Amino acid sequence: MFETASDYAQNVDFVMLLIVGISVVLLLGITIAMIYFVFRYSRKRNPVAKQIHGNVILEIIWIVIPTIIVMVMFWYGYEGFQRLRADSEGAYEVKVYGFMWGWNFEYPNGKKNDTLYIPLGQKTKLVMTSRDVLHSFYIPAFRLKEDLVGGKSTFIVLEPSKTGSFDVACAEYCGLNHSRMYTKLHVLEDSEFDKWLKIGMPEEGKKDETKTLPKDSVKTEAILE
Amino acid sequence: MSDSTVSTNGDYVNFYQYKGKHTGILGWLLSVDHKRIGLLYLGSMVTFFLVGMTLGFFMRLELWNPGQDIMGPQTYNALFTLHGIIMIFLVIIPGIPAGFGNFFLPIQIGAEDVSFPRLNLFSWYLYTIGGLLAVASLFLSGGPIDTGWTFYAPYSLRTGTEVIMPLMAAFILGFSSILTGVNFVTTVHRLRAPGMTFFKLPLFIWALYSTAWIQIIGTPIIGITILLVVVERLFGVGLFDPAMGGDPILFQHLFWIYSHPAVYIMILPAMGVVSEIIPTFARKTIFGYGAIAVSSIAIAFVGTLVWGHHMFTSGMSDESRWVYSFLTFIVALPSGVKIFNWVATMYKGSIKAETPFLYVMAFIFLFSIGGLTGLVLGSLATDVHLHDTYFVVAHFHYVMFGGTIFIFFAALHYWFPKMFGKMYNTKIANIALAIMVVGFNMLYFTFFILGYLGMPRRYYDYLPEFQGMHQFATVGSWVMIAGILLMFINLFLGLKNGKKSGNNPWGGMTLEWTVPSPPPLLNFKKIPTVKYGPYEYEHYDEVTNNVN
Ligand code: HEM
Ligand SMILES: [Cu+2]
Repeated sequence: MFETASDYAQNVDFVMLLIVGISVVLLLGITIAMIYFVFRYSRKRNPVAKQIHGNVILEIIWIVIPTIIVMVMFWYGYEGFQRLRADSEGAYEVKVYGFMWGWNFEYPNGKKNDTLYIPLGQKTKLVMTSRDVLHSFYIPAFRLKEDLVGGKSTFIVLEPSKTGSFDVACAEYCGLNHSRMYTKLHVLEDSEFDKWLKIGMPEEGKKDETKTLPKDSVKTEAILE
Repeated sequence: MSDSTVSTNGDYVNFYQYKGKHTGILGWLLSVDHKRIGLLYLGSMVTFFLVGMTLGFFMRLELWNPGQDIMGPQTYNALFTLHGIIMIFLVIIPGIPAGFGNFFLPIQIGAEDVSFPRLNLFSWYLYTIGGLLAVASLFLSGGPIDTGWTFYAPYSLRTGTEVIMPLMAAFILGFSSILTGVNFVTTVHRLRAPGMTFFKLPLFIWALYSTAWIQIIGTPIIGITILLVVVERLFGVGLFDPAMGGDPILFQHLFWIYSHPAVYIMILPAMGVVSEIIPTFARKTIFGYGAIAVSSIAIAFVGTLVWGHHMFTSGMSDESRWVYSFLTFIVALPSGVKIFNWVATMYKGSIKAETPFLYVMAFIFLFSIGGLTGLVLGSLATDVHLHDTYFVVAHFHYVMFGGTIFIFFAALHYWFPKMFGKMYNTKIANIALAIMVVGFNMLYFTFFILGYLGMPRRYYDYLPEFQGMHQFATVGSWVMIAGILLMFINLFLGLKNGKKSGNNPWGGMTLEWTVPSPPPLLNFKKIPTVKYGPYEYEHYDEVTNNVN
């Protein structure tokens, strides 16, 4: 269920587990303390409250320790995030266009398609822009998304760790068929990918006519077989 | 020890009985009494809340199966937009300050009214006009707005639905908010009773005071942003539309510069209420008064610097992304400190876990989940995955609903006897709470998982693999709504046939518990002189016997 398709995605899961783990401890601590106090210091057991106005040492502790904790969280989150983005030198570049309501991918050799194929053995940099309103290119299995903004280019770097087909969704609300803007990302062995890149040419990708949920562009797949 | 004041109940005229220039409905619509205005707001907000809830109910119903169940995508998109606009602009932003703040701020500081009573009534009229405009816009030719409550450009510039009218509604609501803020700041500065120094203010007042500043400083920004969208839509000047050389990301910055601080407008007053309720039911002074008071101000100001965390995937520079992530983690700290202080206040207290206290316990649990999952969203690596998914929907419902709205309910139960002089059935109130908490978690906890699995938000349709979880959540929404309805019905019955509550049923120490229930027109027979801090229970008898 929690499918991952890259080392980057696994690292995101690790950061998630780290933060959630610490959070669960804090949540349990707070909740258990609260419930315990309500029983232990109920008006029956403890008819007269002890008036405690504060405790400087305690208050310093519970500022300092959480500060350290959140700085650790910040660091792992930041480090994980910039891992791929900071180094996209020499990556294979694919252009991504988003529009209401579909996607278009354009390869260096001029090939165009409406589902995305990328090679396994290399980083791929998606350079993206929108033809109309905002969209967001979201690949859950890669734990990555980035908005597409008209008149401006944004990017995502992918470094897959296995072949396969993965869902791509639009994550920035874009009107009527926002929820039906699914397409597929296919990761292929390099040789397969090269084959696909050539065989497809100069055939133009057909617009995905599926108005229902994700269906692959059958045509390109058939060529591969 | 709390009943020494009941005897005064018979021989005074409370603010309901008081006959002013106008009677009947006009006695409400033209009244400048802060208590009546507070109740006008409360009535309006509860009504809007129920409307928003109904919209949420139908959204959940539509998501029972993938594909179409009971409505088309256009209707669904309009529903979540209206749900968001109603809950944000008409319920939770005016929320606790306009309702309970109006009623209790003057009483808690020992004043007869707010500084500008007429302006106060005018604010309510602006609120009502804003609400009516929003409703009216549904019937204009374009049809109900479908932009989401965030109005992101360029979609909001291009959609064929009616955008300008709801935007003008939000603009007017903004003025209502600013004027209330001005009124509260002035009142706190000018009208405190003798002896009530700033550090003797109840923490609810500190929270309202901090909130009022954000309202004054932040709201004009959203007002201007809204006007710019209207101008852009009407004249196409090229501010936000990339097709005309504008920048959509500029809109997001302007929008969140206000709308992030606005989440503190939503939560700070709730935190103030919590700081009232815990000492009352624990008979104990609050732990770390100074820290709580000052952290309200700290949150208000640091909170203005973190708006960029709504935009980690918007395409802004990578430098801004880490700076905003860093600041976001910093601003999380004062909120955490408050939670520790509240729990510490319970330590060695003498706790009677009555209805309002139980609501606060539910709040601490739910709000902690909301806050802690906020850390997940503040961290870059995880936010990039979770942004604009159901994880975010879960997070903000835990914070705004489990946080602010649960405390709105707590405040209703806490101050009900003071506002109406009657008591509701506490057993049923507790059962309603239990049902609500169960349904709430069924509904929204499921969203966290859906989000992590990659279910984007604002989706009319979804992949078949998510169906089981969507159905579970929808069942949760029924349970929760049943609890909410039970709660309101119970309060309504309490209003009609509840037993007399007495002036201080909980044993509170702040000034509102020293005046009769319901309070008389100008609150006090004689303005009190304040000697002690608001929760110094060692002086309980002296303070509460010194009765009006
Ligand atoms: C009372 C029961 C409620 C139910 C059943 C409910 C349900 C929902 C649902 C299903 C969505 C749409 C999620 C999506 O499609 O992305 C939503 C969105 C939202 N809800 Fe609620 N909700 C409730 C209460 C609240 C409350 C109390 C608040 C705030 C005080 C709130 C604020 C919002 C906001 C701001 C949105 C986002 C709207 C947008 O995307 O533009 N909701 N809610
Ligand atoms: Cu889209």
